[in-house]
Amino acid sequence: MNPVSELIKNLADQHGRSRNNLLPILQGVVEQEKYLSEYSMVEIARELDLPAAEVYGTATFYSFLEHKKMGRYIIRICKTITCSMKGKNQVLLAIEDMLKINVGETTPDGIFSLLQTNCLGFCHKAPAMLINNEVYTDLTPEKVREILSIYLKKKKEGGSHDN
Amino acid sequence: MTTSYQLKRADFIFKYENDWEEILSKCISRTPQELINDLISSELKGRGGAGFPTGLKWKLTAEVAGATKYVICNADEGEPGTFKDREILSMVPYKVLTGMAVCGYVIGAKEGYIYLRGEYFFLQPELNKAICEFEYYCKAINLDFTIRIFMGSGAYICGEETALFESMEGKRGEPRNKPPFPSNSGYMGKPTVINNVETLAHTYTIFKYGAKRFYDLGVQYSRGSKLFSVSGDTPKPGIYELELGMSLSDFVEEFGDGDTKAVQVGGASGFLVPRKRFNETAIGFQGKLTGISLPTGGSMMLFNSSRSMFNVLDNYLEFFREESCGQCTPCRVGCQQLLKGIKAVKRGEKNAKYLDKLLRLTETMKLTAKCGLGQSVANSFSAIVENFREEMIY
Repeated sequence: MNPVSELIKNLADQHGRSRNNLLPILQGVVEQEKYLSEYSMVEIARELDLPAAEVYGTATFYSFLEHKKMGRYIIRICKTITCSMKGKNQVLLAIEDMLKINVGETTPDGIFSLLQTNCLGFCHKAPAMLINNEVYTDLTPEKVREILSIYLKKKKEGGSHDN
Repeated sequence: MTTSYQLKRADFIFKYENDWEEILSKCISRTPQELINDLISSELKGRGGAGFPTGLKWKLTAEVAGATKYVICNADEGEPGTFKDREILSMVPYKVLTGMAVCGYVIGAKEGYIYLRGEYFFLQPELNKAICEFEYYCKAINLDFTIRIFMGSGAYICGEETALFESMEGKRGEPRNKPPFPSNSGYMGKPTVINNVETLAHTYTIFKYGAKRFYDLGVQYSRGSKLFSVSGDTPKPGIYELELGMSLSDFVEEFGDGDTKAVQVGGASGFLVPRKRFNETAIGFQGKLTGISLPTGGSMMLFNSSRSMFNVLDNYLEFFREESCGQCTPCRVGCQQLLKGIKAVKRGEKNAKYLDKLLRLTETMKLTAKCGLGQSVANSFSAIVENFREEMIY
Protein backbone atom coordinates (compact mmCIF):
# COMPACT_ATOMS: atom_id res chain seq x y z
CA MET A 1 0.00 0.00 0.00
CA ASN A 2 1.20 3.50 -0.83
CA PRO A 3 2.58 5.03 2.40
CA VAL A 4 0.35 8.12 2.07
CA SER A 5 -2.74 5.99 1.61
CA GLU A 6 -1.75 4.01 4.65
CA LEU A 7 -1.22 7.19 6.66
CA ILE A 8 -4.65 8.44 5.63
CA LYS A 9 -6.29 5.16 6.52
CA ASN A 10 -4.62 5.19 9.94
CA LEU A 11 -5.66 8.78 10.55
CA ALA A 12 -9.25 7.96 9.60
CA ASP A 13 -9.20 4.95 11.94
CA GLN A 14 -7.90 7.17 14.71
CA HIS A 15 -10.18 10.19 14.26
CA GLY A 16 -13.24 8.71 12.57
CA ARG A 17 -14.72 9.01 9.11
CA SER A 18 -17.39 11.65 9.47
CA ARG A 19 -17.14 15.12 8.03
CA ASN A 20 -16.23 16.72 11.36
CA ASN A 21 -13.08 14.59 11.43
CA LEU A 22 -11.84 16.10 8.20
CA LEU A 23 -9.67 18.85 9.67
CA PRO A 24 -7.71 16.61 12.09
CA ILE A 25 -7.06 14.22 9.19
CA LEU A 26 -5.86 17.00 6.89
CA GLN A 27 -3.64 18.28 9.70
CA GLY A 28 -2.27 14.79 10.29
CA VAL A 29 -1.25 14.45 6.66
CA VAL A 30 0.36 17.90 6.61
CA GLU A 31 2.30 17.10 9.75
CA GLN A 32 3.81 14.01 8.13
CA GLU A 33 4.04 15.03 4.51
CA LYS A 34 4.47 18.80 4.98
CA TYR A 35 1.75 19.39 2.40
CA LEU A 36 -1.41 18.02 0.86
CA SER A 37 -0.83 16.63 -2.59
CA GLU A 38 -3.68 16.19 -5.02
CA TYR A 39 -3.26 12.48 -4.46
CA SER A 40 -3.66 12.90 -0.66
CA MET A 41 -6.79 14.97 -1.07
CA VAL A 42 -8.40 12.47 -3.41
CA GLU A 43 -7.47 9.64 -1.06
CA ILE A 44 -8.96 11.46 1.93
CA ALA A 45 -12.13 12.08 -0.06
CA ARG A 46 -12.36 8.39 -0.88
CA GLU A 47 -11.66 7.33 2.69
CA LEU A 48 -14.33 9.69 4.10
CA ASP A 49 -16.73 9.21 1.21
CA LEU A 50 -16.79 12.91 0.40
CA PRO A 51 -16.62 14.67 -2.98
CA ALA A 52 -12.96 15.46 -3.71
CA ALA A 53 -13.96 19.07 -4.41
CA GLU A 54 -15.25 19.42 -0.85
CA VAL A 55 -11.95 18.21 0.55
CA TYR A 56 -10.04 20.54 -1.76
CA GLY A 57 -12.33 23.45 -0.88
CA THR A 58 -11.83 22.92 2.82
CA ALA A 59 -8.11 22.26 2.67
CA THR A 60 -7.31 25.34 0.60
CA PHE A 61 -9.21 27.60 3.00
CA TYR A 62 -6.65 27.20 5.77
CA SER A 63 -3.29 28.87 5.48
CA PHE A 64 -1.48 26.19 7.50
CA LEU A 65 -2.70 23.39 5.25
CA GLU A 66 -0.18 23.80 2.49
CA HIS A 67 -1.03 22.31 -0.86
CA LYS A 68 2.32 22.96 -2.45
CA LYS A 69 5.32 20.83 -1.60
CA MET A 70 7.12 22.45 1.33
CA GLY A 71 10.54 22.03 2.86
CA ARG A 72 11.20 20.02 5.99
CA TYR A 73 11.30 23.22 8.03
CA ILE A 74 8.65 25.81 7.27
CA ILE A 75 9.67 29.27 8.44
CA ARG A 76 6.67 31.54 8.97
CA ILE A 77 7.61 35.06 9.82
CA CYS A 78 4.93 37.34 11.24
CA LYS A 79 4.24 40.37 9.08
CA THR A 80 1.41 41.96 11.06
CA ILE A 81 1.65 45.46 12.40
CA THR A 82 3.79 45.23 15.54
CA CYS A 83 6.30 42.79 14.08
CA SER A 84 6.46 44.92 10.99
CA MET A 85 7.11 48.02 13.12
CA LYS A 86 9.81 46.27 15.11
CA GLY A 87 12.07 45.25 12.29
CA LYS A 88 10.49 42.27 10.56
CA ASN A 89 11.86 43.36 7.18
CA GLN A 90 15.50 43.30 8.33
CA VAL A 91 14.98 39.84 9.78
CA LEU A 92 13.35 38.68 6.59
CA LEU A 93 16.24 40.05 4.52
CA ALA A 94 18.71 38.23 6.75
CA ILE A 95 16.88 34.95 6.18
CA GLU A 96 16.58 35.46 2.43
CA ASP A 97 20.24 36.32 2.25
CA MET A 98 21.33 33.32 4.28
CA LEU A 99 19.12 30.72 2.59
CA LYS A 100 19.26 32.32 -0.88
CA ILE A 101 15.51 32.10 -1.33
CA ASN A 102 12.65 34.60 -1.45
CA VAL A 103 9.37 34.52 0.40
CA GLY A 104 7.24 31.69 -0.96
CA GLU A 105 10.21 29.60 -2.06
CA THR A 106 11.85 26.42 -0.86
CA THR A 107 15.60 25.78 -0.81
CA PRO A 108 16.70 23.42 -3.62
CA ASP A 109 17.70 20.78 -1.04
CA GLY A 110 14.11 20.78 0.27
CA ILE A 111 15.12 21.75 3.79
CA PHE A 112 13.61 25.21 4.29
CA SER A 113 10.53 26.98 3.03
CA LEU A 114 10.08 30.66 3.76
CA LEU A 115 6.64 32.17 4.25
CA GLN A 116 5.09 35.23 5.81
CA THR A 117 2.10 34.82 8.08
CA ASN A 118 -0.41 36.94 9.96
CA CYS A 119 -0.29 37.79 13.65
CA LEU A 120 1.34 35.02 15.68
CA GLY A 121 0.32 36.56 19.00
CA PHE A 122 3.79 37.59 20.14
CA CYS A 123 3.41 41.33 19.58
CA HIS A 124 5.02 42.07 22.96
CA LYS A 125 8.13 40.17 21.82
CA ALA A 126 8.18 41.30 18.21
CA PRO A 127 9.36 40.36 15.68
CA ALA A 128 8.39 36.71 15.92
CA MET A 129 8.46 33.65 13.69
CA LEU A 130 7.55 29.99 13.71
CA ILE A 131 9.77 27.21 12.42
CA ASN A 132 7.31 24.34 12.10
CA ASN A 133 5.68 24.51 15.54
CA GLU A 134 8.56 26.22 17.41
CA VAL A 135 8.23 29.91 18.23
CA TYR A 136 11.13 32.34 18.14
CA THR A 137 10.71 35.89 19.42
CA ASP A 138 12.56 39.19 19.84
CA LEU A 139 14.32 38.49 16.57
CA THR A 140 17.20 40.45 15.13
CA PRO A 141 19.16 39.66 11.97
CA GLU A 142 22.00 38.28 14.16
CA LYS A 143 19.67 36.15 16.25
CA VAL A 144 17.88 34.69 13.26
CA ARG A 145 21.21 33.77 11.62
CA GLU A 146 22.17 31.89 14.80
CA ILE A 147 18.85 30.06 14.91
CA LEU A 148 19.09 29.03 11.27
CA SER A 149 22.64 27.81 11.64
CA ILE A 150 21.46 25.45 14.36
CA TYR A 151 18.87 24.06 11.96
CA LEU A 152 21.49 23.79 9.22
CA LYS A 153 23.71 21.82 11.56
CA LYS A 154 20.81 19.50 12.37
CA LYS A 155 20.41 18.90 8.67
CA LYS A 156 24.08 18.03 8.23
CA GLU A 157 24.03 15.65 11.16
CA GLY A 158 21.73 13.63 9.03
CA GLY A 159 18.02 13.71 9.51
CA SER A 160 17.75 12.61 5.92
CA HIS A 161 15.62 9.74 7.19
CA ASP A 162 12.96 12.09 8.51
CA ASN A 163 12.20 13.60 5.14
CA MET B 1 -15.27 64.28 29.10
CA THR B 2 -15.24 61.19 31.21
CA THR B 3 -14.35 61.76 34.79
CA SER B 4 -10.73 60.86 35.08
CA TYR B 5 -10.42 57.33 36.33
CA GLN B 6 -7.16 56.14 37.77
CA LEU B 7 -5.58 53.06 36.33
CA LYS B 8 -6.32 50.25 38.75
CA ARG B 9 -4.39 47.04 38.61
CA ALA B 10 -6.09 43.79 39.50
CA ASP B 11 -4.68 40.36 40.08
CA PHE B 12 -7.24 37.62 39.69
CA ILE B 13 -6.60 35.80 36.45
CA PHE B 14 -2.98 34.83 37.00
CA LYS B 15 -3.24 34.43 40.75
CA TYR B 16 -2.15 30.92 41.52
CA GLU B 17 -5.01 28.95 43.05
CA ASN B 18 -4.66 25.30 43.90
CA ASP B 19 -8.25 24.72 44.92
CA TRP B 20 -9.94 24.06 41.60
CA GLU B 21 -11.15 20.66 42.77
CA GLU B 22 -12.87 22.27 45.72
CA ILE B 23 -14.40 25.04 43.58
CA LEU B 24 -15.68 22.55 41.02
CA SER B 25 -17.21 20.33 43.71
CA LYS B 26 -18.76 23.32 45.40
CA CYS B 27 -20.27 24.56 42.15
CA ILE B 28 -21.92 21.30 41.21
CA SER B 29 -23.48 21.04 44.65
CA ARG B 30 -25.39 24.23 43.86
CA THR B 31 -28.30 24.53 41.44
CA PRO B 32 -27.68 25.72 37.86
CA GLN B 33 -30.02 28.61 38.57
CA GLU B 34 -27.87 29.80 41.48
CA LEU B 35 -24.75 29.69 39.35
CA ILE B 36 -26.45 31.60 36.53
CA ASN B 37 -27.65 34.20 39.04
CA ASP B 38 -24.08 34.64 40.26
CA LEU B 39 -22.88 35.34 36.74
CA ILE B 40 -25.78 37.67 35.99
CA SER B 41 -25.28 39.71 39.15
CA SER B 42 -21.52 39.92 38.53
CA GLU B 43 -22.34 41.55 35.15
CA LEU B 44 -19.51 39.63 33.51
CA LYS B 45 -19.46 40.33 29.79
CA GLY B 46 -17.63 38.34 27.14
CA ARG B 47 -13.90 39.08 27.11
CA GLY B 48 -13.29 38.20 23.49
CA GLY B 49 -14.35 41.66 22.43
CA ALA B 50 -18.06 41.48 21.68
CA GLY B 51 -19.11 41.83 25.31
CA PHE B 52 -22.23 39.68 25.40
CA PRO B 53 -23.40 39.09 29.02
CA THR B 54 -22.05 35.67 30.01
CA GLY B 55 -24.78 34.82 32.51
CA LEU B 56 -27.44 35.47 29.92
CA LYS B 57 -25.61 33.31 27.38
CA TRP B 58 -25.52 30.37 29.79
CA LYS B 59 -29.14 30.96 30.80
CA LEU B 60 -30.42 31.03 27.22
CA THR B 61 -28.59 27.82 26.38
CA ALA B 62 -29.72 26.13 29.60
CA GLU B 63 -33.33 26.91 28.73
CA VAL B 64 -33.19 25.26 25.31
CA ALA B 65 -34.33 21.64 25.44
CA GLY B 66 -31.89 19.14 23.99
CA ALA B 67 -30.13 15.97 24.97
CA THR B 68 -26.87 16.99 23.30
CA LYS B 69 -25.29 20.35 23.96
CA TYR B 70 -21.72 21.62 23.78
CA VAL B 71 -19.39 23.95 25.62
CA ILE B 72 -16.69 25.49 23.48
CA CYS B 73 -13.76 27.53 24.65
CA ASN B 74 -12.71 29.93 21.92
CA ALA B 75 -8.91 29.94 21.93
CA ASP B 76 -8.55 31.07 18.33
CA GLU B 77 -6.81 34.20 19.47
CA GLY B 78 -5.95 35.85 16.16
CA GLU B 79 -6.71 39.53 16.52
CA PRO B 80 -3.53 41.50 15.85
CA GLY B 81 -2.12 42.70 19.15
CA THR B 82 -3.70 40.15 21.44
CA PHE B 83 -1.81 37.38 23.20
CA LYS B 84 -3.45 37.05 26.62
CA ASP B 85 -5.37 33.80 26.00
CA ARG B 86 -2.19 31.84 25.33
CA GLU B 87 -0.81 33.06 28.64
CA ILE B 88 -3.99 32.03 30.49
CA LEU B 89 -3.94 28.57 28.94
CA SER B 90 -0.31 28.02 29.81
CA MET B 91 -0.34 29.60 33.29
CA VAL B 92 -3.77 28.81 34.74
CA PRO B 93 -5.42 26.17 32.54
CA TYR B 94 -7.41 24.73 35.46
CA LYS B 95 -9.44 27.90 35.81
CA VAL B 96 -10.55 27.62 32.20
CA LEU B 97 -11.27 23.89 32.44
CA THR B 98 -13.26 24.43 35.64
CA GLY B 99 -15.26 27.21 33.96
CA MET B 100 -16.04 24.86 31.07
CA ALA B 101 -17.13 22.00 33.31
CA VAL B 102 -19.34 24.25 35.44
CA CYS B 103 -20.87 25.59 32.24
CA GLY B 104 -21.49 22.01 31.11
CA TYR B 105 -23.22 21.29 34.40
CA VAL B 106 -25.34 24.45 34.13
CA ILE B 107 -26.53 23.98 30.56
CA GLY B 108 -26.58 20.18 30.50
CA ALA B 109 -23.60 19.50 28.22
CA LYS B 110 -21.30 16.52 28.52
CA GLU B 111 -18.73 17.51 25.94
CA GLY B 112 -16.41 20.46 25.84
CA TYR B 113 -13.94 21.55 23.18
CA ILE B 114 -11.09 23.99 23.18
CA TYR B 115 -10.63 25.42 19.69
CA LEU B 116 -6.95 26.25 19.76
CA ARG B 117 -5.38 28.25 16.96
CA GLY B 118 -2.81 26.40 14.86
CA GLU B 119 -0.14 28.93 15.77
CA TYR B 120 -0.37 27.72 19.40
CA PHE B 121 0.24 24.07 18.54
CA PHE B 122 3.11 24.04 21.03
CA LEU B 123 0.66 24.52 23.92
CA GLN B 124 -0.92 21.15 23.25
CA PRO B 125 1.19 18.72 25.32
CA GLU B 126 0.91 20.70 28.57
CA LEU B 127 -2.73 21.48 28.01
CA ASN B 128 -3.53 17.83 27.33
CA LYS B 129 -1.81 16.89 30.56
CA ALA B 130 -3.99 19.35 32.46
CA ILE B 131 -7.11 18.04 30.72
CA CYS B 132 -6.21 14.45 31.65
CA GLU B 133 -5.87 15.32 35.30
CA PHE B 134 -9.01 17.40 35.17
CA GLU B 135 -11.13 14.68 33.58
CA TYR B 136 -9.82 12.19 36.12
CA TYR B 137 -11.19 14.37 38.90
CA CYS B 138 -14.52 14.86 37.07
CA LYS B 139 -14.90 11.09 36.99
CA ALA B 140 -14.08 10.85 40.67
CA ILE B 141 -16.90 13.22 41.57
CA ASN B 142 -19.30 11.64 39.05
CA LEU B 143 -19.38 14.64 36.77
CA ASP B 144 -19.91 13.42 33.24
CA PHE B 145 -17.82 15.91 31.27
CA THR B 146 -14.99 15.49 28.77
CA ILE B 147 -12.79 18.10 27.13
CA ARG B 148 -10.96 17.81 23.83
CA ILE B 149 -8.68 20.13 21.96
CA PHE B 150 -9.60 20.94 18.39
CA MET B 151 -6.75 22.49 16.44
CA GLY B 152 -7.28 25.34 14.03
CA SER B 153 -5.12 25.74 10.95
CA GLY B 154 -4.26 29.39 10.55
CA ALA B 155 -7.51 31.16 9.72
CA TYR B 156 -8.28 34.39 11.59
CA ILE B 157 -11.95 34.26 10.67
CA CYS B 158 -12.43 31.05 12.67
CA GLY B 159 -12.42 33.18 15.82
CA GLU B 160 -15.87 34.29 14.70
CA GLU B 161 -18.08 31.86 16.57
CA THR B 162 -20.15 30.48 13.72
CA ALA B 163 -17.10 30.19 11.45
CA LEU B 164 -15.48 28.26 14.29
CA PHE B 165 -18.40 25.79 14.30
CA GLU B 166 -18.10 25.36 10.55
CA SER B 167 -14.39 24.69 10.94
CA MET B 168 -15.00 22.10 13.66
CA GLU B 169 -17.53 20.45 11.37
CA GLY B 170 -14.81 19.97 8.78
CA LYS B 171 -15.75 22.80 6.47
CA ARG B 172 -14.36 26.11 5.26
CA GLY B 173 -14.46 28.62 8.09
CA GLU B 174 -17.24 30.74 6.63
CA PRO B 175 -19.49 32.56 9.10
CA ARG B 176 -23.17 31.64 9.16
CA ASN B 177 -26.14 33.94 9.13
CA LYS B 178 -27.47 34.83 12.57
CA PRO B 179 -30.04 33.98 13.82
CA PRO B 180 -30.07 31.17 14.73
CA PHE B 181 -27.69 31.99 17.56
CA PRO B 182 -25.37 29.38 19.09
CA SER B 183 -27.62 29.07 22.16
CA ASN B 184 -30.14 27.42 19.85
CA SER B 185 -28.04 26.04 17.05
CA GLY B 186 -24.27 25.99 17.36
CA TYR B 187 -21.77 23.19 16.81
CA MET B 188 -23.45 20.37 14.83
CA GLY B 189 -26.68 22.35 15.02
CA LYS B 190 -26.90 21.73 18.77
CA PRO B 191 -27.31 24.31 21.56
CA THR B 192 -23.82 25.56 22.32
CA VAL B 193 -22.17 27.95 24.72
CA ILE B 194 -19.04 29.43 23.23
CA ASN B 195 -16.93 31.59 25.50
CA ASN B 196 -13.55 33.23 25.20
CA VAL B 197 -10.69 31.76 27.25
CA GLU B 198 -10.54 34.81 29.50
CA THR B 199 -14.30 34.86 30.10
CA LEU B 200 -14.13 31.29 31.41
CA ALA B 201 -11.19 32.18 33.64
CA HIS B 202 -13.21 35.06 35.12
CA THR B 203 -16.10 32.70 35.97
CA TYR B 204 -13.63 30.94 38.27
CA THR B 205 -13.02 34.19 40.15
CA ILE B 206 -16.76 34.77 40.43
CA PHE B 207 -17.54 31.26 41.65
CA LYS B 208 -14.71 31.38 44.13
CA TYR B 209 -14.94 34.91 45.54
CA GLY B 210 -18.58 35.68 44.80
CA ALA B 211 -20.26 37.94 42.28
CA LYS B 212 -19.89 41.05 44.38
CA ARG B 213 -16.10 40.85 44.48
CA PHE B 214 -16.07 40.99 40.69
CA TYR B 215 -18.87 43.54 40.39
CA ASP B 216 -17.06 45.92 42.71
CA LEU B 217 -14.30 46.30 40.15
CA GLY B 218 -14.70 48.56 37.15
CA VAL B 219 -17.45 51.05 36.46
CA GLN B 220 -21.13 50.99 35.57
CA TYR B 221 -21.82 48.82 32.48
CA SER B 222 -18.20 47.68 32.51
CA ARG B 223 -17.72 45.59 35.59
CA GLY B 224 -14.72 43.60 36.61
CA SER B 225 -11.15 43.48 35.46
CA LYS B 226 -9.77 42.56 32.08
CA LEU B 227 -6.47 41.47 30.64
CA PHE B 228 -4.82 43.90 28.28
CA SER B 229 -2.22 42.89 25.74
CA VAL B 230 0.01 45.94 25.41
CA SER B 231 2.38 46.27 22.46
CA GLY B 232 3.84 48.69 19.95
CA ASP B 233 5.69 51.82 20.98
CA THR B 234 5.74 51.26 24.71
CA PRO B 235 8.62 50.78 27.13
CA LYS B 236 6.75 47.96 28.85
CA PRO B 237 4.98 45.63 26.44
CA GLY B 238 3.20 42.69 28.03
CA ILE B 239 -0.02 41.51 29.64
CA TYR B 240 -1.68 43.54 32.37
CA GLU B 241 -4.88 43.00 34.30
CA LEU B 242 -6.67 46.30 34.81
CA GLU B 243 -10.10 47.35 35.98
CA LEU B 244 -12.42 48.39 33.19
CA GLY B 245 -13.49 51.98 32.77
CA MET B 246 -10.07 53.64 32.69
CA SER B 247 -9.60 56.64 30.48
CA LEU B 248 -7.29 56.25 27.56
CA SER B 249 -5.19 59.21 28.71
CA ASP B 250 -4.46 57.43 32.00
CA PHE B 251 -3.56 54.34 30.03
CA VAL B 252 -1.21 56.28 27.77
CA GLU B 253 0.37 58.00 30.72
CA GLU B 254 1.22 54.61 32.16
CA PHE B 255 2.19 52.74 29.02
CA GLY B 256 3.11 55.37 26.46
CA ASP B 257 6.66 56.38 25.59
CA GLY B 258 5.90 60.08 25.98
CA ASP B 259 5.30 60.54 22.28
CA THR B 260 2.14 58.52 21.67
CA LYS B 261 0.34 59.67 18.56
CA ALA B 262 -2.48 57.13 18.47
CA VAL B 263 -3.67 53.97 20.18
CA GLN B 264 -5.32 51.06 18.42
CA VAL B 265 -7.90 49.69 20.85
CA GLY B 266 -9.19 46.18 20.14
CA GLY B 267 -6.83 45.15 17.37
CA ALA B 268 -7.06 45.79 13.64
CA SER B 269 -10.82 45.31 13.77
CA GLY B 270 -11.10 47.70 16.71
CA PHE B 271 -10.84 51.44 16.97
CA LEU B 272 -7.97 53.80 16.34
CA VAL B 273 -7.93 56.73 18.73
CA PRO B 274 -5.80 59.79 17.86
CA ARG B 275 -4.08 61.75 20.61
CA LYS B 276 -6.67 64.53 20.69
CA ARG B 277 -9.32 62.02 21.75
CA PHE B 278 -7.40 60.24 24.54
CA ASN B 279 -9.11 62.33 27.23
CA GLU B 280 -12.65 61.65 26.16
CA THR B 281 -12.20 57.94 25.52
CA ALA B 282 -12.76 55.26 28.13
CA ILE B 283 -12.09 51.56 27.84
CA GLY B 284 -15.12 49.45 28.58
CA PHE B 285 -18.43 48.51 27.08
CA GLN B 286 -21.00 50.87 25.61
CA GLY B 287 -23.25 52.28 28.24
CA LYS B 288 -24.46 55.62 29.31
CA LEU B 289 -21.01 56.82 30.20
CA THR B 290 -20.39 60.31 29.03
CA GLY B 291 -17.91 60.39 26.23
CA ILE B 292 -16.91 57.43 24.15
CA SER B 293 -16.50 53.99 25.63
CA LEU B 294 -14.66 51.47 23.52
CA PRO B 295 -15.04 47.73 23.92
CA THR B 296 -11.96 45.60 23.41
CA GLY B 297 -10.75 42.06 23.45
CA GLY B 298 -7.76 43.56 25.20
CA SER B 299 -5.46 44.48 22.36
CA MET B 300 -3.80 47.85 22.93
CA MET B 301 -1.23 48.90 20.35
CA LEU B 302 0.55 52.19 20.78
CA PHE B 303 2.00 54.22 17.92
CA ASN B 304 4.40 57.10 18.41
CA SER B 305 5.00 59.99 16.10
CA SER B 306 7.73 58.17 14.17
CA ARG B 307 5.11 55.84 12.69
CA SER B 308 3.48 56.44 9.35
CA MET B 309 -0.25 55.92 9.69
CA PHE B 310 -0.35 55.08 6.00
CA ASN B 311 1.86 52.07 6.72
CA VAL B 312 -0.35 51.10 9.64
CA LEU B 313 -3.51 51.19 7.52
CA ASP B 314 -1.77 49.44 4.64
CA ASN B 315 -0.76 46.66 7.03
CA TYR B 316 -4.30 46.29 8.43
CA LEU B 317 -5.87 46.19 4.98
CA GLU B 318 -3.38 43.61 3.77
CA PHE B 319 -4.34 41.57 6.82
CA PHE B 320 -8.07 41.85 6.14
CA ARG B 321 -7.68 41.17 2.45
CA GLU B 322 -5.94 37.90 3.25
CA GLU B 323 -8.16 36.88 6.14
CA SER B 324 -11.52 37.73 4.56
CA CYS B 325 -13.22 34.37 4.03
CA GLY B 326 -14.35 35.49 0.59
CA GLN B 327 -17.90 34.39 1.09
CA CYS B 328 -19.64 37.77 0.79
CA THR B 329 -18.84 40.33 -1.88
CA PRO B 330 -18.75 43.50 0.24
CA CYS B 331 -15.92 42.14 2.35
CA ARG B 332 -14.02 40.18 -0.29
CA VAL B 333 -14.01 42.90 -2.93
CA GLY B 334 -14.20 45.76 -0.44
CA CYS B 335 -10.95 44.86 1.30
CA GLN B 336 -9.15 44.49 -2.05
CA GLN B 337 -10.43 47.82 -3.33
CA LEU B 338 -9.60 49.71 -0.13
CA LEU B 339 -6.05 48.44 -0.26
CA LYS B 340 -5.67 49.25 -3.95
CA GLY B 341 -7.31 52.60 -3.37
CA ILE B 342 -5.03 53.93 -0.65
CA LYS B 343 -1.96 52.81 -2.59
CA ALA B 344 -3.24 54.63 -5.68
CA VAL B 345 -3.78 57.82 -3.69
CA LYS B 346 -0.35 57.54 -2.16
CA ARG B 347 1.27 57.15 -5.57
CA GLY B 348 -0.71 60.13 -6.82
CA GLU B 349 -2.64 58.09 -9.39
CA LYS B 350 -5.87 59.13 -7.71
CA ASN B 351 -6.53 62.49 -6.15
CA ALA B 352 -7.25 63.03 -2.47
CA LYS B 353 -11.01 63.11 -3.04
CA TYR B 354 -10.82 59.42 -3.85
CA LEU B 355 -10.34 58.83 -0.12
CA ASP B 356 -13.92 60.05 0.44
CA LYS B 357 -15.14 57.52 -2.07
CA LEU B 358 -13.27 54.81 -0.14
CA LEU B 359 -14.86 56.04 3.09
CA ARG B 360 -18.26 55.54 1.51
CA LEU B 361 -17.21 52.04 0.51
CA THR B 362 -16.40 51.22 4.15
CA GLU B 363 -19.87 52.48 5.09
CA THR B 364 -21.36 50.07 2.58
CA MET B 365 -19.25 47.26 4.01
CA LYS B 366 -20.42 48.12 7.49
CA LEU B 367 -24.03 47.79 6.39
CA THR B 368 -23.82 44.82 4.09
CA ALA B 369 -20.96 42.51 5.11
CA LYS B 370 -22.14 39.27 6.60
CA CYS B 371 -19.98 39.19 9.71
CA GLY B 372 -17.91 41.31 12.03
CA LEU B 373 -14.78 41.14 9.88
CA GLY B 374 -16.15 43.04 6.91
CA GLN B 375 -18.24 45.31 9.09
CA SER B 376 -15.36 46.38 11.28
CA VAL B 377 -12.88 47.38 8.57
CA ALA B 378 -14.62 50.76 8.57
CA ASN B 379 -13.59 51.44 12.18
CA SER B 380 -9.86 51.89 11.77
CA PHE B 381 -10.10 52.94 8.13
CA SER B 382 -12.27 55.97 8.84
CA ALA B 383 -10.34 56.94 11.97
CA ILE B 384 -7.00 56.87 10.13
CA VAL B 385 -8.21 58.53 6.94
CA GLU B 386 -10.08 61.24 8.79
CA ASN B 387 -7.45 62.03 11.40
CA PHE B 388 -4.29 61.47 9.39
CA ARG B 389 -5.46 62.47 5.95
CA GLU B 390 -2.25 64.24 5.03
CA GLU B 391 -0.25 61.09 5.77
CA MET B 392 -2.45 59.20 3.33
CA ILE B 393 -1.74 61.63 0.51
CA TYR B 394 1.87 62.78 0.86
